Amino acid sequence: MKHMPTPHYPDAKIKPLLEVDGVTLQYKTRDHLVTATSQVSFEIFPGDRFVLLGPSGCGKSTLLKAIAGFIRPTQGAIRLKGQEITRPGPDRMMVFQEFDQLMPWKTVRQNVAFPLRANGMSAGEADMRAMDVLEKVNLTKFADAYPHMLSGGMKQRVAIARAMGMRPDMLLMDEPYAALDALTRRKMQQELLDLWDDVRFTVVFVTHSIEEAVLIGNRILVLSPHPGQVKAELNSHHFDASHQGGAEFQTLCGRIHTMLFDEAQPAH
Amino acid sequence: MSQTAMKLEPVIRPEYVRTTLPPVTTGAVEAPLPFFQRMFAHAIVRRALILVALAIVWELYGRWLDNPLIFPSFSETLQSLWDNTINGRIPQRLGVSMRILVMGYALGIALAAIFTTLAVSTRIGTDLLSTLTAMFNPMPAIALLPLALLWFGLGVPSLIFVIVHSVLWAVALNAHAGFLAVSETQRMAGQTFGLRGLRFVVQILIPAAFPSILSGLKIGWAFAWRTLIAAELVFGVSAGQGGLGWFIFENRNLLETAGVFAGLMTVMIVGLFIEGVIFQTIERYTVRRWGMQR
Repeated sequence: MKHMPTPHYPDAKIKPLLEVDGVTLQYKTRDHLVTATSQVSFEIFPGDRFVLLGPSGCGKSTLLKAIAGFIRPTQGAIRLKGQEITRPGPDRMMVFQEFDQLMPWKTVRQNVAFPLRANGMSAGEADMRAMDVLEKVNLTKFADAYPHMLSGGMKQRVAIARAMGMRPDMLLMDEPYAALDALTRRKMQQELLDLWDDVRFTVVFVTHSIEEAVLIGNRILVLSPHPGQVKAELNSHHFDASHQGGAEFQTLCGRIHTMLFDEAQPAH
Repeated sequence: MSQTAMKLEPVIRPEYVRTTLPPVTTGAVEAPLPFFQRMFAHAIVRRALILVALAIVWELYGRWLDNPLIFPSFSETLQSLWDNTINGRIPQRLGVSMRILVMGYALGIALAAIFTTLAVSTRIGTDLLSTLTAMFNPMPAIALLPLALLWFGLGVPSLIFVIVHSVLWAVALNAHAGFLAVSETQRMAGQTFGLRGLRFVVQILIPAAFPSILSGLKIGWAFAWRTLIAAELVFGVSAGQGGLGWFIFENRNLLETAGVFAGLMTVMIVGLFIEGVIFQTIERYTVRRWGMQR
């Protein structure tokens, strides 16, 4: 943590699960070298619902892909349990925004069992685990359906179940509800919180919706656009769906909104 | 619009809330369709109807012309087909043709797999495949037959050579296009599961590209079948073992026009069978079940 003031640890004995240390990410387009994030540092602790929040172009998705291991940082390092991340692996399962992340040639239960099988679990055990997580996301009835028969929300639930089934160190979610209609999105957000309450996992959640960030997260990293730099780390653990629309909830949302949009355009 | 025009304002109407919904009066929510509509929904019924209509037109024209040397009727062709099937000539010739076809088809697919692997794994491989395809795909396989005869002589190897040529490019081109079209999300999902190398190709890329691969296989099969028959017409006999093309050629020489028609009909029946039964079945259990194709 060279570039940020030292945060106050709740308990010095608890070690961070993930350390992002001075990370600059760049990628090439046909004729430009684009800097997506610059000198980003933060820590994620076990059990966190850590939200990366920012307007489009702040490099939040790129940052998540770097945590997943698809992109190597040009500066700095990302460490999971002290080990530097070099490539994608089943210890960090990713849930994407796109519905085609499920394999259309496999049924729902085969989809959920697939990464387990690919990592050497026996067929019977993988199937049992798959049915177990499918029950958690209320999809037991659709276990033998093919993905194309499911609605968008159900597909995302299967993708979450598939990721959860692996019992990864952390779940990475890249705007998983952005392509859903508003009613389904609301329901899915609550389901994710209930699931977290039930299982207690670590999740990194990317979104550009301030309300979603405050609702889902216990800790929010606010990023500025072009290139992404850390603007703030805020607490939102004290809010749930019942606070939505309440005064405190709105105050926090308003604070973040000001941070993202008003200060971002000083020229006006 | 003139400045004086009234601004459009929505009319404010009273609100209402229904506490009970009236019963639906249009009958059951899902009513079965009439018998004929349901029958007509089956592709096989519609296709059979077309075949019957064609056969009737053929029969009528053949009888009206009354010249079996030029144009035998449907019933005469069927008679010849029956006779030649009973005496074993068509089955034997068909067997010879199919054996060569399967060998050539398999070899063509194997080579296509090698080319496609090269093309997806290296950039020079991509260039190699697209250049070769651009050069050879438009070339009719029959045009290579004289060369094949020169290199491999009269016989099975020459036939296999031209079949491989007709299968290879169609299959490789489609498979390559299919691999390129696999979405980034699906690739990344496969990688997060820890799949790499050959397992990634076999478990993610091939099934994801399967609709394209299958259409390549279908085109390749049709090319191979017509190339084989045509090549057998040019030279069919190898060690006294002629194929179906040779059967057609023989019958023409004997002025057995009904026999020629019977041979052609066999070519079509095999085509319909492979397309309508084998490939349809594969499609039903794969791409259509997976919702990747309607």
